[in-house]
Amino acid sequence: MLVIEALPHTGLVNGRYLPPTSQILAALAEQLGRAEFWTALADTLRAWAIGLAIAVAAGVLVGVLIGSVPVLRALTASTIEFLRPIPSVALIPLAVLLYGTELRSTLLLVVYASFWQVLVQVLYGVQDVDPVADDTARSYRLGVWGRIRYVVWPTALPYVMTGVRLAASVALVLAITAQLVIGSPGLGALIARAQASNAIPVMYALVVVTGILGVVINLVARAAERRVLAWHISVRREVAT
Amino acid sequence: MIRLLRRLGYALALPVLLLVVWWITTDDSENFYLPPLRTILRAFAETWTLERFQADVLPSLARFAAGYALAGVVGVTVGLLIGGLRWLRALLEPVLEFFRAIPPPVLVPVIMLFAGIDHTMKVVVIAVGAVWPILLNTVEGVRSVDEVLVDTCRAYQLRRFARLRHVILPAASPQIVTGLRQALSIGIILMVISEMFASSNGLGYTIIEFQRSFAIPEMWSGILLLGLIGFALSVLFRAVENRVLAWYHGLRRAQRSS
Repeated sequence: MLVIEALPHTGLVNGRYLPPTSQILAALAEQLGRAEFWTALADTLRAWAIGLAIAVAAGVLVGVLIGSVPVLRALTASTIEFLRPIPSVALIPLAVLLYGTELRSTLLLVVYASFWQVLVQVLYGVQDVDPVADDTARSYRLGVWGRIRYVVWPTALPYVMTGVRLAASVALVLAITAQLVIGSPGLGALIARAQASNAIPVMYALVVVTGILGVVINLVARAAERRVLAWHISVRREVAT
Repeated sequence: MIRLLRRLGYALALPVLLLVVWWITTDDSENFYLPPLRTILRAFAETWTLERFQADVLPSLARFAAGYALAGVVGVTVGLLIGGLRWLRALLEPVLEFFRAIPPPVLVPVIMLFAGIDHTMKVVVIAVGAVWPILLNTVEGVRSVDEVLVDTCRAYQLRRFARLRHVILPAASPQIVTGLRQALSIGIILMVISEMFASSNGLGYTIIEFQRSFAIPEMWSGILLLGLIGFALSVLFRAVENRVLAWYHGLRRAQRSS
């Protein structure tokens, strides 16, 4: 921060392009007092939360289904491998055409991008089930649901949580990207507007806000992971030390 | 032979089925936004001619390659440095975490200020966005190098450079590759975004232009092409990874089966 404060003063960098920290902070404080900023923040968070929830639910459901039926797994592997690397931004024009600048076009991108993160992790997780545990459950005549509930789910849960953590940050990136490029309401749209109207300190302030948002989401996801997996061996050791 | 055929059948069945379903359900589609697959494919052949490729696709890919390479070199070098020096790591870690958490696309307008909207801007945007996963994974990789190995090297009085080259770099390489893989998809996204934001050529620009002029089949063909490029890059990456990390995957397999 001090470096950024000092740079424009020394004239090394043009102050118009990189305003000193004090100006950014002032702009940030001013933004915090505006209703517009808070609505944008709420919009971004709403798109993020809804998108993530849909992606996680769909990813877990589809993942457990595909993962537990070997034929399905073999059948879908190539399709998943093909669809996954398709950059989600390729869908931007489609989203604009279908939904315009509504919340739904942001959601389309967020869900598409984070769904794969969850799905792939769930697939790994289901694959990781101990065959002995599975056979034991079978010989105790646990039904399909019982096996999923007591054998597959606990094994897959650490993977699911990893998937959720990855998806949470991807979802934020895509939510803000969509708003930036499409102009659907949210922080991204505010940044685009600040840039277009040459309000440089405001733009920097908003970028800082997105960064803070990212850090917070990371921390929350990590805390949730530790909580949900407190029973798991890898975390148990960590918690103990 | 039969096993190979069966695997091929499994791999192809669903994609073929999906394409057939797409073809049939949209064949007499009157919906303006969802043209028949036939039309899209024809548009694909007509749109992405050799000329178009040279004018729009190659510049995009060149920028991507330049930005990605830059991110790789900077990320690994700085990562080795930070990972190797404990005090530097402690000093920089919070800052790095913060920079990584900033969604890379918001850097597009920021970097536009410095670098204008030309070629350099896009390369810088790609590099700045893609560098973080590489950097942080390298730091992690260096940190998790087996301490006994490092101490052994010290005992044998290996020079700093030799230690880096023969011990730390190979030991950290699986992590570095993970970072490079994450950076790959970020790089592609930024390539497209930076062109959608401000450009006069390139893949992202062309697709957005089609959308704005309501050339829907052409737009779909552009989406299709982007998908193919993403897929091709990930296949290429996997091939390189399997080569470079063959020893690591073999080691893992051996550990698992024992």
